[in-house]
Amino acid sequence: MKMISILKKTDAQVERKWDARFIKDKIFTGFIIIFSLITISPIVLIISKLISKGYKQLNWSFFTETTPNTYQAMLAVNLGEIIPGGVLNGITGTILMVLIASIMAIPIGIMVGIFLYENQTKKYAVIVKDITDILQGVPSIVLGLISYFWVVKYITNGFSALAGSFALFIMMLPLIIRSTEETFKMIPVSIKEAGFALGAPYHKIILKVMIPSGLSGLITGILLAISRVVGETAPLMLTALGSMVVNLNIEKPTSALPLLIWEFYNDPNMVDLIWATSLLLMMLVLGLNLISKYIISKRNL
Amino acid sequence: MSEINVNIKDAVLEINNVSVAYNKGNYAVTNVSAAIKRNKVTAIMGPSGCGKSTLLRAINRMHDLYPNIITEGQVLLNGKDTNKMSTIMLRRKIGMVFQRPNPFPTMSIADNVIAGYNLNGISLNKTEKEEIIEKSLQDVALWNEVKDSLNQKGTFLSGGQQQRLCIARALAFQPEVILLDEPTSALDPISTKKVEELLMELKEKYTILLVTHNMSQAARISDNSMFMYLGELVEYGKTKEMFINPKDKRTDEYLTGKFS
Ligand SMILES: Nc1ncnc2c1ncn2[C@@H]1O[C@H](COP(=O)(O)OP(=O)(O)OP(=O)(O)O)[C@@H](O)[C@H]1O
Ligand SMILES: [Mg+2]
Repeated sequence: MKMISILKKTDAQVERKWDARFIKDKIFTGFIIIFSLITISPIVLIISKLISKGYKQLNWSFFTETTPNTYQAMLAVNLGEIIPGGVLNGITGTILMVLIASIMAIPIGIMVGIFLYENQTKKYAVIVKDITDILQGVPSIVLGLISYFWVVKYITNGFSALAGSFALFIMMLPLIIRSTEETFKMIPVSIKEAGFALGAPYHKIILKVMIPSGLSGLITGILLAISRVVGETAPLMLTALGSMVVNLNIEKPTSALPLLIWEFYNDPNMVDLIWATSLLLMMLVLGLNLISKYIISKRNL
Repeated sequence: MSEINVNIKDAVLEINNVSVAYNKGNYAVTNVSAAIKRNKVTAIMGPSGCGKSTLLRAINRMHDLYPNIITEGQVLLNGKDTNKMSTIMLRRKIGMVFQRPNPFPTMSIADNVIAGYNLNGISLNKTEKEEIIEKSLQDVALWNEVKDSLNQKGTFLSGGQQQRLCIARALAFQPEVILLDEPTSALDPISTKKVEELLMELKEKYTILLVTHNMSQAARISDNSMFMYLGELVEYGKTKEMFINPKDKRTDEYLTGKFS
């Protein structure tokens, strides 16, 4: 008899708890929706603002001509026309500097990443790993300063694309090192051992087994590192300086998209160009992120 | 310790006083000596953690990969000290198949089969390649199943097919000995049966050393058996005799399921 009454009591409580749980679930879901809206609203607001303000300037010449001088811009603004010229010098400068930075950072970063993966417990590797983490936290303006003191003062004897690339290179390095290490850690040891069991030498296993197996991870890491540095302004102000013309000489001052945004901001006649240039930069970063997301989703299948 | 009576001429492998420690003073395998007979299936049995895999990996010097591991003693392959052979020669003569099928995920089925050649920079012309691929896949009874999809990735195959592909990869390099570490433990019963049948055929051309958890598997396919316990080789003899009349009390207890 007693057991039955306990059973009934329990049933009643479970029933009540169930109703309460239902309400709590609803409240919880509501909070989640609100917080996620708060999280995504900046990106939606930014992009809609950039598009609404910038689309007028996005014509063909925006991509094929260099920046106008302030007088041309003033005339156009006074006549109510769109500002002539474009940001070609920024596009080429950004491509040039990111390319040189990548050429330096990708091989070195991947090799150091492999070194860290292979020697996870060795003291020297642990020190290198700690330094990599510290490097990742160094403010980008400080890296610009260092590049100024090393490259601008002693190597190119003046502001230059190379100096800008050097600052971006140091920024990319820890990102690529860590992503390489993480990618390699995800490859099953048994794949590596299969290679060794066939008598293959170490370098062949790295080149023909490990790197192909982790390729999507390596590419993703590289793309994210590029998207991280492509919008950097501060280190370039101290190194690449900027330029009104297309410059492909790595020893000469060079422009870049984020530098142009800063310059437009400082010139009351060019304010309208800020939005289109920001939109372009934003699309670039967004594109790189989407591509790496796509690669990651493919890999997990 | 009981030793099987092997005429040295019949022995393809001689294991002499092999000990392995993963860290200093902490031996996972102690003083194992045994001669492995040519063209036989030799099973290594024993409870989990008794050092079966560790012993197997000492034979093709897989432990060299990990500098912390200490290996002592000597393994002779056809009378030659394996410590003095190059790792490529050694591992060409002694192939290995792992517990979980591990085809190279980025390579096609065909490239997986000839990976031993490609990874060692040995060049083959097209007909040689085709010949090796077809023969090796036929040896593992996989040819008919995959001959139309040789350029697809090996990872698309079923687990059992992948394991047979891994055996083909080892055979393609024309070894004398094949080491297999619980090759069927990740497979379903039908795939297991296929691999077992395959091993019994392969012993005509190769010497097979098989680690298994599964006593009935050892009974089904092995000629000789080793029983290991706590890093020691307790008993080594003809499989039939060992199962009917084990000489050591520990072997008896293991075979009758007193511990596992
Ligand atoms: N990488 C390692 N580092 C340290 N100790 C290890 C390592 N691998 C194995 N051992 C230890 O060595 C002993 C023997 O392990 P081994 O893997 O050879 O056993 P096993 O007989 O193959 O077992 P199982 O049947 O479970 O595969 C165990 O006590 C194990 O804990
Ligand atoms: Mg094992």
